[in-house]
Amino acid sequence: MKQGIFEITENRMIAKNTYLMVLKGDVSDITASGQFINIKLDGFFLRRPISVCDVNADSVTIIYKVVGKGTEVMAKMSAGERLDVLTGLGNGYDLSKSGDRPVLLGGGAGVPPMYMLCRLLIEEGKKPSVILGFNTKDEVFFEEEFKTLGADVTVTTADGSYGLKGFVTDAMKQMEYTYFYTCGPEPMLKAIDKTATTSGQLSFEERMGCGFGACMGCSCKTKYGNKRICKDGPVLEREEIIW
Amino acid sequence: MVSTKVTLCGIEMDNPLIPASGTFGFGYEFAEIYDINCLGTFSFKGTTKDPRFGNPTPRIAECDAGMINAVGLQNPGVDRVLSEELPKLKKCFHKPVMANVSGFSVEDYAYTVEKLDAEDQIGWFEVNVSCPNVHGGGMSFGTSPEAAAEVTRACRKVTKKPLLIKLSPNVTDIVSIAKACEDAGADGISMINTMLGMRIDLKTKRPVIANKMGGFSGPAIKPVALRMVYQVYDAVKIPIVGMGGISTAEDVIEMMLAGATAVQVGAANLVDPYVCKDIIEKLPEVMQKYGINDLKDIIGGAHNG
Repeated sequence: MKQGIFEITENRMIAKNTYLMVLKGDVSDITASGQFINIKLDGFFLRRPISVCDVNADSVTIIYKVVGKGTEVMAKMSAGERLDVLTGLGNGYDLSKSGDRPVLLGGGAGVPPMYMLCRLLIEEGKKPSVILGFNTKDEVFFEEEFKTLGADVTVTTADGSYGLKGFVTDAMKQMEYTYFYTCGPEPMLKAIDKTATTSGQLSFEERMGCGFGACMGCSCKTKYGNKRICKDGPVLEREEIIW
Repeated sequence: MVSTKVTLCGIEMDNPLIPASGTFGFGYEFAEIYDINCLGTFSFKGTTKDPRFGNPTPRIAECDAGMINAVGLQNPGVDRVLSEELPKLKKCFHKPVMANVSGFSVEDYAYTVEKLDAEDQIGWFEVNVSCPNVHGGGMSFGTSPEAAAEVTRACRKVTKKPLLIKLSPNVTDIVSIAKACEDAGADGISMINTMLGMRIDLKTKRPVIANKMGGFSGPAIKPVALRMVYQVYDAVKIPIVGMGGISTAEDVIEMMLAGATAVQVGAANLVDPYVCKDIIEKLPEVMQKYGINDLKDIIGGAHNG
């Protein structure tokens, strides 16, 4: 974990209520896809945990959905503004178990972490398939970006207004894969667990206090003992989860 | 050169800064980011006789100028604290540490204190009779002078180490409870634990926290903490460890003026993991600004004249 002051270099809407922000600063502690950063905002007591979409030598990209007052404030910020950010939080995805053809499933605000994961897998010579699930056409983002990485991309919408009508699991059923990685709302994770035919890793969300393992605010029980979503997670292995 | 040293129940501390129990684990999470030996000491995660998972989630809710938690004393139990946590703590912290203990019966408290008593590194016991997040224990011992005194007496019998009792603000008369603890053999008072609070989600129209209510902490409760420390200082002779909304060097000085010998920082650690280190570094400068040469001189200073 590192605390640093980051400068916003980009902050723009990319879909309905969905924004992409690029933050420039010391990103040396971001070591895995699936990790998150924790942002301090003026006027709010707790930080805002947001998953890492991608990272390069000197900046981190996040994609966030406006869901409350904190993210509303973030959406109004401009390039040049500075933010106090904790980086390098969470365990992240373990790429070593992917096999040659993993499937990556992202639902809504769970899509962003799939991007860095997808990039890393392709860099390792793997052939990932990506399934992106949204409620409706207005919310769809990053389809092109995943294609540009070289992934095979399927988009699903619950109302059928774009791509395949249905849920990510409907697309998953028609696929062959060696392993799965996912991030999204808990009902989606549960459905994937019921559908999947292989092992996999699932990233969970929970209301957090600190985000770095000190407060025990986001504990959960697993078959491998009690875990803190923020520190021992957010990524858990399918085999350890108690639904 | 100013002096930040204070003496708490006979043990000298380099400064009065103590990260509060439940916000600092067993120290090693924070030792990853700075050398925690700069602290006066810290109060480790509340330890009970048996392992506890705690309450269901969500356990956390944000508030204006603070937060509510209903963790519910999650801890691995005293046996694993002794066999796993304290050896890890020892590697990164080399000063006397404050052992925070909780229980669900008078016997529980005494059992846990007695087990921990043999551990050399434990300098003080901080007995929590004020956790608002557990049923049938914790706070129920801290809401009457008789029950608080009974816990104090039971713990007093099993340890010669300094014994502080951590009090709840969720009472009608904290002074009488503090006095009862003093009369029962406590060496110090630690105050205040969190205030019982609640948030309700407008979308679900239900309490945010699964346990419905939780402990409110953060800058919003500082005036209440100051008032209570001030009142208790007038009534007892034993030292007070003051806490409630402390997040700056100025807050530390204010709490000491109210009557605290040492000061704990809780919720602020969760937002700014470096806050205690920053306060310690800033303290000499702020002392100079207010003409304070020796921090010991200002304890209870607000009561003068």
